[in-house]
Amino acid sequence: MIQFSNYDIISNLLYATQWTILLSIAAFIGGTSVALLLTAARLTRNTVVQKCVRLYVELFQGTPLLMQMFLCFFGLSMLGYEISAWSAAILSLTLFTSAFLVEIWRGCIDTLPKGQWEASRCLGLSFLHTLRHIILPQAIRVAVAPTVGFSVQVIKGTALASIIGFVELTKVGTMLNNATFEPFKVFALVALIYFMLCYPLSLYSKYLEKKFHVSR
Amino acid sequence: MLHFSDLLQYTDVFFSGLLTTVELTLLTTVLGIALGSSCAAIRQYGNTVSQRMVAVYVELIRNTPFIVQLFFIFFGLPSLGLKLSPWQASMIALTINLGAYSTEIIRAGLNSTPRGQIEAAKVLGMTFRQTLTRIIFTPAFEKIYPALTSQCIIVMLGSAVISQISVEDLTYAANLVQSRNFRAFESYLVTAFLYLGLAIALRFVFNQIGKRLFAYREAR
Repeated sequence: MIQFSNYDIISNLLYATQWTILLSIAAFIGGTSVALLLTAARLTRNTVVQKCVRLYVELFQGTPLLMQMFLCFFGLSMLGYEISAWSAAILSLTLFTSAFLVEIWRGCIDTLPKGQWEASRCLGLSFLHTLRHIILPQAIRVAVAPTVGFSVQVIKGTALASIIGFVELTKVGTMLNNATFEPFKVFALVALIYFMLCYPLSLYSKYLEKKFHVSR
Repeated sequence: MLHFSDLLQYTDVFFSGLLTTVELTLLTTVLGIALGSSCAAIRQYGNTVSQRMVAVYVELIRNTPFIVQLFFIFFGLPSLGLKLSPWQASMIALTINLGAYSTEIIRAGLNSTPRGQIEAAKVLGMTFRQTLTRIIFTPAFEKIYPALTSQCIIVMLGSAVISQISVEDLTYAANLVQSRNFRAFESYLVTAFLYLGLAIALRFVFNQIGKRLFAYREAR
């Protein structure tokens, strides 16, 4: 049997952390891209499109992320679409992230007074001009803090990818636990690493919130 | 092709899983909000040491994944001599998780009470406890009620993970069914919709309770 020293445990966990980080970044990029498209779709005044976006949000916010992952991983491969744990994790995290971001951004856009839309129309600005010069610059300022805050949820969400066999921090944690029988130490270290990834983002989000509140 | 009829014979498996999830959710909601309220009160009015401790608890829980918390409690704590059944471990983990989030939510509510009202209550001769329950807690609770209930629903959805330590919840039922009939897509799809239905039902129930609790608003 291989003996694991503390050094081995920590170095293995740190090695696995890069997959957690990579998966988080991929999910965040995927999520923001889809959310951007959906937000744009929602802003058009087509009621059918708006309903579809709402349904999408309802669907992915109202079901567990784990179930979405299972559907993407086991479900799709059962239907004949062979999919790796890596793609299934990215796909489900993208769906999950975008559904939440659309809702967050909707709130941000809705905080702007309706009068601004009307005033822009009176001034003869087109829809796209209004969006680009009036709405977005203000909405983005409001949206930055909650978006950074949500990235913490994305990082934590990646832990579920361990269940479908994606080897990241949590998975290596369970593997080390099986090898060393030191669950207390291993999972405390895993939690600590997640904390070190997430806490700075939480702090930054809090700082941004304060900064924008003061300057408003 | 999809064969949903294969799932019909497992209705009772799904039902008992659903029941476990509901049971744990309701219990967690009560315990988690109780824990959150006490922690929020400590954070607001306690001494510096206890305030710090609550802050550390809240930040630790909010910045680590639930599944790691669950594994730590279920696998880690027995080495300290605290042996827990999967069900107990899940309940503790869910309560601690909801407790941390609700602490933040409730604290935001407490902060929203204008200072003048607290001073006014003091001037009127109300005790600290009366002020706390009547002037601060009740209106704060009303303000944060929507945020608190959606957090409870988020915790319910997050509870899908407890199937990993073999609690026989809804996700466990889905895993069991798909391992028996190899209909993975169907059984996970049905389970996802059961969770969705549960989330919608919970929101409806919370809304109704909210309407009852805050009925005096309408009368005014």
